[in-house]
Amino acid sequence: MLFAKSGPTENLVVRGARVIDPLEGTDAVLDVRIDDGVIAALGTDLDTNSHRVLDGDGLVLAPAFVDPHVHLRTPGREDEETIASGTAAAAAGGYCAILAMPNTEPIVDSAATLGALVETARAEAEIPVGFLAAITKEQRGTELTEMAELADAGAAGFSDDGVPVSSAGLMRRALQYGAVTGRRIALHCEEPTLSREGQMHEGEVSAELGFTGYPSVAESLMVERDLALAAYERQPLHLLHLSAWESVQALRRARADGVAATAEVTPHHLCLTDEAVRSLDPNVKMNPPLRSASDRTALLEALKDGTITAIATDHAPHARHEKEVPFEAAPFGVTGLETAFAAVYTHLVEPGLVPLATILERMSAGPARAYGLDEPRIAVGKTANLVLLDLKASYRVAEESFRSRSVNSWLLGETVKGGVRTTIAAGRVVFVA
Amino acid sequence: MAEIRVMREDLRPPAPPPKRHFISITDVTRDDVERLLATARTFERSLEREVKKLPTLKGRLVINVFYESSTRTSSSFELAAKRLSADTMSIKSSGSSVDKGESLKDTAITLGAYDPDVIVIRHPQIGAPQLVARVTEAHIVNAGDGKHQHPTQALLDLYTMRESLARLEGLHVAIVGDVLHSRVARSLIQALALMGAHVTLVGPPALLPRGIEAMGCETTTDIGAIAAADVVYILRMQRERMQEGANYVPSLREYTARWGVTPERLRPGQKVMHPGPMNRGVEIDPRVADHADALIETQVRAGLVTRMAVLYDLLTSGPIGVKTESALEVA
Repeated sequence: MLFAKSGPTENLVVRGARVIDPLEGTDAVLDVRIDDGVIAALGTDLDTNSHRVLDGDGLVLAPAFVDPHVHLRTPGREDEETIASGTAAAAAGGYCAILAMPNTEPIVDSAATLGALVETARAEAEIPVGFLAAITKEQRGTELTEMAELADAGAAGFSDDGVPVSSAGLMRRALQYGAVTGRRIALHCEEPTLSREGQMHEGEVSAELGFTGYPSVAESLMVERDLALAAYERQPLHLLHLSAWESVQALRRARADGVAATAEVTPHHLCLTDEAVRSLDPNVKMNPPLRSASDRTALLEALKDGTITAIATDHAPHARHEKEVPFEAAPFGVTGLETAFAAVYTHLVEPGLVPLATILERMSAGPARAYGLDEPRIAVGKTANLVLLDLKASYRVAEESFRSRSVNSWLLGETVKGGVRTTIAAGRVVFVA
Repeated sequence: MAEIRVMREDLRPPAPPPKRHFISITDVTRDDVERLLATARTFERSLEREVKKLPTLKGRLVINVFYESSTRTSSSFELAAKRLSADTMSIKSSGSSVDKGESLKDTAITLGAYDPDVIVIRHPQIGAPQLVARVTEAHIVNAGDGKHQHPTQALLDLYTMRESLARLEGLHVAIVGDVLHSRVARSLIQALALMGAHVTLVGPPALLPRGIEAMGCETTTDIGAIAAADVVYILRMQRERMQEGANYVPSLREYTARWGVTPERLRPGQKVMHPGPMNRGVEIDPRVADHADALIETQVRAGLVTRMAVLYDLLTSGPIGVKTESALEVA
């Protein structure tokens, strides 16, 4: 389900880092030895076996991150991102695996289109990448794609991300048929008759600025519908980029009732509110929109209590000229692969809102589990998927540093804390700062 | 070879002060508004003379860029600049490079190359004036951006109210109609709140934006509420903004029956205002529009002098009182 270019695996020792693996219950200064890309030993004063040594003194070594929601813009908008540039950006962000959404030009709705992507990934992906295929043909919401064939061709899951599956009847069929593929169905929840023309969250800020509102209920109504269908069909599903308090409430109730639903939240929804839109900066325009302070509080609570188990960037590159327009004319979406950890570390961990271990789990094992991928672990016998973090590094986010082809980051110009020093993905060193 | 050194921070020339713009009512303080209204008053007196032109902004360039149709705003900005002896240039979106698909950024850079002192911009999209401010050196005046702001309209409305009722503090203003689509309403609510007036919004539920009370006003769907106000400010039903099938109201007919301002719904002596253009017989009964208590024509005259005051204020650095008088004496 994941594809990357091949290369030599590493023999190395990470010396003296603070090793944190929330799932293993590890939080100690240790050496980690990697033989042929596989974690071979953990301990103190490990013999280097003449391996290369990475000095981890003062750094944190954690399971590398998994991003379940990325737009690689390939095929069709390679000016905005390619598989090479997007996976290089992911490596720089500490990721060992990413999942790409199928809303490209053309839409990934056939085995042929998917096959071409897989070939490109094998040739140029810096880290393992998986591709979701569309639920409906051309994402038009009228006909199912050939999901079984797509799964056989390597689809990592199914989604019409960017648009909802408007028809409840078709959504039900997708859940029924999706079961035969063994792949997760991931849903962009938006009731279009309520969100239409919406530019930002409907509330006090939109009332003042004059933007057409995109109310929370446009999301939560669809969340409730899809959870009801999942409960009825007894099928799992994954909810993309939740933004509203009402959605969180619906998810918590459904999970308590035994629905196998997982959900993700983006760094920008965790860090910002609709107050940020007062800047009229097109780089805070996204779908779903930034919501109110109480929505943000609910998302943080859900992240901490495990109702939401994944942090997803929804990395959405856009060409510079498309964002250099008035807010209303700008497309939705912001980049995030290279800034996700710094964003949540600066805005959530440093102020004491969310513990570091929770963030590390929600950026790695949580998203992997949602799609049935192997959880990155720091344990003997596991493939080395590791990120070396410098929590003290403080720097200003600047366009020049991005490996992504696009620079539409909401953090541009902001000074953040928390840098990625080294990323090891599938046993290979893929990034060194 | 000459050595290149980075200049020490304390040896750098001081940075120029940030450019002043008039993009939103949130850009100004109560003192700013008082100053602008006083300057407008001075200009009004100067316009009573036989020769109405003042030399104050001679040699300055004011460019009006209108991406939306406008009669009163564009003509009053143009005349305001001319009355102050500035050179003016007017660009309309139709018949310009905009027709050829030029982006706002490129149009702004092109116009910026002429070194205008002020760019007055009207644009259908919120945030357009801020974009122009980012890419040019000119002072920017917002002549209306989407549903967001129309700050010179609010200023002329304050001027009109004060001239007619001699106060703003404690004044009760009812704003009636399509608040949702109205930049006039948004600027006016903020401006009235800034000056200590009391605002009630009256209209159909779907045209009163959710959360708008946070701007410092009350809302009601009951048209009877206008009877308590000193001023009834009627908004235009913006038919061109009513998306097909949006069903904000079932029909204009029903709107008029329920929220149209008629003589029967007014108290004697209540002042009536409207930003124009009016839809007679829709939001305003013709008898109301033509009544002596209607200040609609006063608003148009106020538009000229308040826009003169805005141009003057941006292009001269205060304190304005003394300078204004001397400038007028020269005239």
